[in-house]
Amino acid sequence: MFIEPFVANEFMRLALFAGVLVAVTCAIAGTFVVLRGLAFIGDALAHGVLPGIAAAILFGFSGMIGAAIGSLVMMGGVSVVSRRLRLSGDTAIGLLFVGMLALGVMITSRSRTFVGDLSRILFGEILGVSIGDIALQLGALAIVTVIAFLARRPFLLLCVDEGLTNTSGFSSRLFHNLLLMIVAITVIASFQTVGTLLVLGMLVAPAATGALFARRISTMILIASVVGAISTYIGLLISYHFDLAAGASIVLSAVLVFAICASFSEMRKAVRENDANEHEHQHSHPGSHFR
Amino acid sequence: MSAKTQISLATDKLAVGYSRHPVVEDVNLRLNAGELLVLIGANGSGKSTILKTMAGLIQPISGDIEMLGASVGSMPKRVAYLPQHPISTHTLPLRVRDVVAMGRFAHLGLFKNPSTIDKKIVETSMRSTGIDAQADNPIRDLSGGQQQRTHLAQALARQAEVLLLDEPTAGLDINGRKLVADLIAEERSRGVTVVLATHELKDADTADTVMLLAQRVVSIGPPEVALRDEYLRECFGFTQPH
Repeated sequence: MFIEPFVANEFMRLALFAGVLVAVTCAIAGTFVVLRGLAFIGDALAHGVLPGIAAAILFGFSGMIGAAIGSLVMMGGVSVVSRRLRLSGDTAIGLLFVGMLALGVMITSRSRTFVGDLSRILFGEILGVSIGDIALQLGALAIVTVIAFLARRPFLLLCVDEGLTNTSGFSSRLFHNLLLMIVAITVIASFQTVGTLLVLGMLVAPAATGALFARRISTMILIASVVGAISTYIGLLISYHFDLAAGASIVLSAVLVFAICASFSEMRKAVRENDANEHEHQHSHPGSHFR
Repeated sequence: MSAKTQISLATDKLAVGYSRHPVVEDVNLRLNAGELLVLIGANGSGKSTILKTMAGLIQPISGDIEMLGASVGSMPKRVAYLPQHPISTHTLPLRVRDVVAMGRFAHLGLFKNPSTIDKKIVETSMRSTGIDAQADNPIRDLSGGQQQRTHLAQALARQAEVLLLDEPTAGLDINGRKLVADLIAEERSRGVTVVLATHELKDADTADTVMLLAQRVVSIGPPEVALRDEYLRECFGFTQPH
């Protein structure tokens, strides 16, 4: 029941492998998304790739190239709107977000297989991944890992304070854009597996789970990777046995794992506080427990 | 030439502000190594804007500013800046030790590994601010005062020649305030120039130069000159008890 689907079916093995690669890539990028508070722009990037992929499907070129163009337009647009027009980052992201989403749906509506194409882009098709897709995801993971490792210090500083980043000799603008770039690479590499709509779940939920327990960034990435990988396994099993959408099952598993871990963390905190209060009470009333 | 006579900071007709709108104009300063400049004023008086300009975080609107003989912001290893209300890092999974170690990043750049000396500097900085007992605790679990001590230790870990401190005693108790005063004295004795922004008139007691601000330079000079009653009345609407 737990192993058999992966032993008996090659598509399940490929899906598991692809899903774990996406989970680890999302764990690295997602850790900085969560710590720097970039969830909204992560979401916007995930939707910003939609018109690019839709155009790729309609005109018959690589979806990855379409997604890359879409994310570049999104990042450039956000930068121009927020810096030149002096609007808040949220407003700029919101404007570009809905604009790109609407453009993507309009382009997709020109396709004869509109609903199928849109559903594939938004929710992914993990059960249909090929060896070629996995190779691309491995490449994306390698790029994201190398960038995150080399830029770990400025990324960490950015999570604390932009001013501190600049006064430490690193350009906050340069490294912020580099951070957005690894989020974009992650989104582009993951859309085949979990889709553009659900990739944010894999970026945020495992990393948020890591943040509950970790005391170091490296530990947070490790926990997020494990949570993402376990969620992929659970989601694929649920999808296989109950004939449910695989991408959605994976993301929902990740969110549920977060909910369970958050509840556990809160209970542990409450027990500790209770113990501390009792300890304080015993010290302020010595011998009271004998009465 | 002794360290005392080296000019650490010089400004000439400096105007600082945001988006071409000046907050304070005509700032003229000359600070030698080991000296303490205290910027005093109410909220919005321009203290933080001046400090941010000195840190190279905002461009001057006009005039000249030079730090350690070069343009501001060009020597991250030699200048440390402690911002006002540093982000409490309440969501960051970082230990106190890791936050303080970030003070060494300017020296390490992207590629260098921290040496034994770097690690020793981090330990010494934590000890100096009395946060060493919490070294392995997550910063998000600390009180506001303990977080402030951690950020102060981070600034000290830079081992800079100029320290720019924006209200470093915010959130600290009496012991914490005394500790900051002692630290500033110790840094100055090593030849470190300190610029301190504060609301507290008491912080100006040991200053070489005091600048009283109210969106303009109300007075500048040694404490006994800059803090005369007429200037204080102009700045705050009251005078200090004699």
